[in-house]
Amino acid sequence: MGYIIGQNIIRKEAFNKVTGTAKYTDDFIATGIYHADLLVSPYAHAKIISIDISAAASAKGVKKIITGNDINVLCGPLIDDKPPLAKEKVRYHGEPVVMVVADCEQNAKAAVAKIKVNFQPLPVVNSVSDALKENAVLIHENLQQYKKNVSDVYPETGSNVCGHVKIRKGDLQKGWQESELTIESNFTLPQSDHAAMETRAAQCQIMPNGRVIVCSSTQAPFSVKEQINKTFQVPIEDIDVNVLFVGGGFGGKAAVQLEILAYIAAKAVDGHTVKIASSREKDMITTPCKIGLEAKIKIGAKKNGKIIVAEMHYNVDCGGYADIAPRIAKAIAVDCAGPYNIENISCDALSVYTNHPVATSFRGFGHTSLSFCIERMMDKLGAALNIDPIEIRMINALTEGCYSPTQVKVTLSNTGNFGECLNKLKTLINWHEGQRIVESNHLIRAKGVGCFVKTSDSPTNAISGVLLTFNSDGSINLNCGAVEIGPGMKTTAAQILAEKLKMDIGRIQVKMEVDTQTSPVHWKTVASMTTYMVGRAVISAAEDLIRQLLNGAATILRCTPEDLEIAEEKIFLKTDQKIYLTFKDIVHGFQYQNGNSIVGQIMGRGNFIMNQLSYLDKETGEGKAGPYWTPGAQAVEIEYDTIQHTYRILKAATVVDAGKVLNPKTVKGILMGGMCMGLGLGTSESFIYDAEGIVQNTSFRTYKMMRYGETPDYLIDYVETPQLDAPYGSRGLAEHGIIGIPAALANAISLAAGIDVTKLPITPEQIWQQKEGVRQ
Amino acid sequence: MIAFDFAYFRPETLKEANETYKQLIIAGKLPLYYGGGTEIISMARAGSIRFDAVIDIKSIPECNTLCVENNQLIIGSAVTLTKIAESGCFPLLGKTVSRIADHTIQDKITIGGNIAGSIIYREAALPLMITNSKVKIIKKNKLHELPLLEIFDGNLHLQNGELIVQFLIDTNYLNLSYCHVKKTKLDKIDYPLITLAAIKTDNGINAAVSGLADKPFLLPVKILNEQDVPEAVRADKTVGAIQNNIIGDLIIAGKEYRMFVLKNVLVQMFENFKEAQYAGI
Amino acid sequence: MLAFKDKSIISLNINGDNVTVMVNPSYTLLHVLRENLGLTGTKPGCENGDCGSCTVLVDGWPIKSCLMLAVEAIGHQVITVEGLKNAPIQRSFVENWGFQCGYCTSGFLMVCHALKNIHPDADDFIIEQWLQSNLCRCTGYGEIKDAVKAVLENKI
Ligand SMILES: Cc1cc2nc3c(=O)[nH]c(=O)nc-3n(C[C@H](O)[C@H](O)[C@H](O)COP(=O)(O)OP(=O)(O)OC[C@H]3O[C@@H](n4cnc5c(N)ncnc54)[C@H](O)[C@@H]3O)c2cc1C
Ligand code: FES
Ligand code: FES
Repeated sequence: MGYIIGQNIIRKEAFNKVTGTAKYTDDFIATGIYHADLLVSPYAHAKIISIDISAAASAKGVKKIITGNDINVLCGPLIDDKPPLAKEKVRYHGEPVVMVVADCEQNAKAAVAKIKVNFQPLPVVNSVSDALKENAVLIHENLQQYKKNVSDVYPETGSNVCGHVKIRKGDLQKGWQESELTIESNFTLPQSDHAAMETRAAQCQIMPNGRVIVCSSTQAPFSVKEQINKTFQVPIEDIDVNVLFVGGGFGGKAAVQLEILAYIAAKAVDGHTVKIASSREKDMITTPCKIGLEAKIKIGAKKNGKIIVAEMHYNVDCGGYADIAPRIAKAIAVDCAGPYNIENISCDALSVYTNHPVATSFRGFGHTSLSFCIERMMDKLGAALNIDPIEIRMINALTEGCYSPTQVKVTLSNTGNFGECLNKLKTLINWHEGQRIVESNHLIRAKGVGCFVKTSDSPTNAISGVLLTFNSDGSINLNCGAVEIGPGMKTTAAQILAEKLKMDIGRIQVKMEVDTQTSPVHWKTVASMTTYMVGRAVISAAEDLIRQLLNGAATILRCTPEDLEIAEEKIFLKTDQKIYLTFKDIVHGFQYQNGNSIVGQIMGRGNFIMNQLSYLDKETGEGKAGPYWTPGAQAVEIEYDTIQHTYRILKAATVVDAGKVLNPKTVKGILMGGMCMGLGLGTSESFIYDAEGIVQNTSFRTYKMMRYGETPDYLIDYVETPQLDAPYGSRGLAEHGIIGIPAALANAISLAAGIDVTKLPITPEQIWQQKEGVRQ
Repeated sequence: MIAFDFAYFRPETLKEANETYKQLIIAGKLPLYYGGGTEIISMARAGSIRFDAVIDIKSIPECNTLCVENNQLIIGSAVTLTKIAESGCFPLLGKTVSRIADHTIQDKITIGGNIAGSIIYREAALPLMITNSKVKIIKKNKLHELPLLEIFDGNLHLQNGELIVQFLIDTNYLNLSYCHVKKTKLDKIDYPLITLAAIKTDNGINAAVSGLADKPFLLPVKILNEQDVPEAVRADKTVGAIQNNIIGDLIIAGKEYRMFVLKNVLVQMFENFKEAQYAGI
Repeated sequence: MLAFKDKSIISLNINGDNVTVMVNPSYTLLHVLRENLGLTGTKPGCENGDCGSCTVLVDGWPIKSCLMLAVEAIGHQVITVEGLKNAPIQRSFVENWGFQCGYCTSGFLMVCHALKNIHPDADDFIIEQWLQSNLCRCTGYGEIKDAVKAVLENKI
């Protein structure tokens, strides 16, 4: 079948990564560069009364000290609501207040310790519900004065709401009338951290000719460029952003923050190179984290299990500044019903300021949170009607011809086959043996299901591009603007090109680094869109190459381009494969025996732009947010100890409609990684605040993640319903392993322990509290 | 990165160490004895301690001893947790220390540093607290041998300049049946919710716990060993007797839950002592 | 007695070579490897002993270089990922998809390499005990398990 699609291809940079030679941002070691360090807020909400930098200013090695008063800008991707260094007041624990630039890391850090800031604590908004109370303390008093960078975000004056997305589909009243049963529940999910192993880091140098050179561990180099341009009015052509390997992103490195600070620092020291790298503690709270969520869901259904109507409130905890949270709220609204068809929906998704750390995109872009709510609701509905959890999902499954909450018609191509995922999951997790099995007098084995559907919510005009050049021997260089953050997208791009040209992937070199001066623009390396967007651009570039190769060869071989075919770096006559030219003969120009030359250098250009996407209607939400959905069904099997209320995770299963699995081992690895992270969210990952909004667990000592040996057996299977407009039919799935897992775990534990899990993470202490009816 | 500078000394003898310490004090400096350095480096990086010099004791032969002499197991204070665990010299201690931090760190943490450290857990102390262990310390330029509990009530009480050189454990204790349980919030690598170390001698059960209070402490021997009282009741009584010591915190667990877990742990301990010679859990 | 009161020139044995470097006694081994010696394969992930990405071998045993002073390494043999030189574990990680972003990889390689040398017959319990010292955020550890097992079973 495929030439190379469907084969296990080892990533191109593999040997560099096992020898320590692959370079990440902070591996750029040079003498003479300056280092910046930050004094960050010890309060969640406080007025800055005074800042005394005198002792620090005269400390060893200090070059410059910068406070909020030195910078007169506000920034942000959607709403300009954030001063790069706090001004007048701080809005979250960990917010940057003062920046020291010194000749080395040690001196910068020592000087920070010498700065004295006098804060006056303000009342703290410590949860979304606090923020939405009547007469709540306002975190941004001048919300209405902020500049909006996009038209479709709707902050609400005089409140803590910085965005509101509405979905109104069908007829709610009719829905409630027809319902025979209603189920209602509230859910609370905490903020947590991306915790990529590489902490965020950036460097900036401003050249005498005005060029601003940034090197950063970012998923969004082109956004860095735009934000520096927009915030500081630096001509966009003067900004060059370079990205080496990125040590994990998970959405956290799509936010722009350290780059802005590095620019400010470099500017303050006459353009000298300044490096700023977050310590782990600062990476957790100073730079953005994952959203929190409070939700209230009410569904009405028929006794046969069919859901007729749903009313949903999703309130996103975006922390002290908006960042991209209104877009996450939008993504939640767009897929608010999960992979289920509900005819009548009312959904309000608010993004709400609190005095918590700032939230940004995180693997799954809100879908893990929304799935938790919906999937718990499905189990509750099933339990109320005595219908098997998979059956109740099947009854409501989104199928061809249904309409999504934003009223997009579902097709097999654009949404895949969710029902088939459920079917396969049943086999994979051995569903027929039962869902709750008593193993001994104190051990219960239980299984829970959690499903998802996810689209991308990119800008409606998101673009990507690919440039292909040849080496003289006919091998190809591939240059694209997607960053290698881990999932192997650069190798996937090469694989798609190798398939298209039917050539050896070893002869395709991919430029691993991105540099915004020479790499074609790629929106951001996020949203599981890279294979789709870059892949489409690769195919378009390959077609461009093929056209030129065929035309050139046709002239030389004296035939028409239609008479020719390309494979294995040869352009040959379809009718007689012995008559051919090699790439080598032609790609840098073909030379006749007498020296005459033609064709010239062949280069491929490919581009991609989202099509048919539209803004959502402000009142009804009608509109198309993404090009396609990826559906999937997941399950977790646990063993629960009825005496100690502890549990072990035995198995985690995922069936996803992949469209087409391009590189099986890579895809499996990405899904397992997602599942592992989902288990982390389910079992332990969350920011813990005290009553004053101070995060208590800012290091890996107390912020716990899954370790080797704590993970279950992973079971993975695929449905392959091609997505017609995607490269070789493949759907995006890089985020998806995480999405349904916390819900599946919560469903398994709820069933095993006979409790109602409505919060994450699920600790044995919480199970015990519910079981023993202890007040929290 | 540590934001301040300090001096580093690595003496070869106890005398040298002691002398260096004195000299530094005379010069108006603040020295610290340095074992594995894991706590010193992390607290220095966090800015929560400051000092002028460290005196690394790892090249001092006495501090590196690990042997049996005159029916006593002698463990030098600079012996790492990994060495103790790998040597198998004292199974309960080996089991306990191999659950402190993680395996890699265990090769850096020293037993002296764990017990002298400021962390509230000091799990390595538990087996020593229940086995009548002795310590050798340098005090006023001289080596002194004392019962551990005389200077350690969960917190170590040493004067400035005093150094733990060795721990001494009567070999009779080494192979008694024992029980070690470490319960965490959830993950295996974590601070303890409760760590319990217990042994059974001819006189009954001896147990110490860490994680429940702001320092390790001994469980009341009398209650643990009330032979005519059912074990579940003894567990309840033990929890009752110490409940005022128990603390709760935001991160790991509340007080009530700790009491619940302690009770389970005790029941499990009684069960294990009934069932098996060697009961490591 | 070794004594360094201030910035000093010290001699270390790194990857089999004796090197001299100028350090402050307060510099961690991690810092000196990266900043003074340019051995950036050893990664900082937390500088607090929690993540293991900074793991190197000291006299054959894995050590978190963020919790060791450079001066402490005097008289010991330090091996970093750059010193592995075609160790089977490296190929095993490649062939078993043992990483994605690669940031945690050096640390895992060092632990696995030492494990293979010290406990060639390690069972699942020991493997788990050793590898729990490190965090990986990208993989779900499944491939790392395959990689270490392949080496222990001499399949690489
Ligand atoms: C990731 C991680 C997880 C951890 N988890 C746990 C845990 O779960 N349970 C637990 O109990 N511990 C745990 N710890 C260990 C603990 O926090 C300390 O780091 C460790 O016990 C210190 O030992 P050290 O040998 O490195 O001491 P050092 O850092 O060298 O010294 C600590 C203190 O002891 C003093 N000191 C050292 N040796 C002597 C001596 N011989 N005589 C007198 N004073 C001395 C020093 O001056 C210093 O004040 C953990 C540590 C890390 C890094
Ligand atoms: S950097 Fe050393 S353990 Fe994380
Ligand atoms: S491969 Fe990215 S952290 Fe392990």
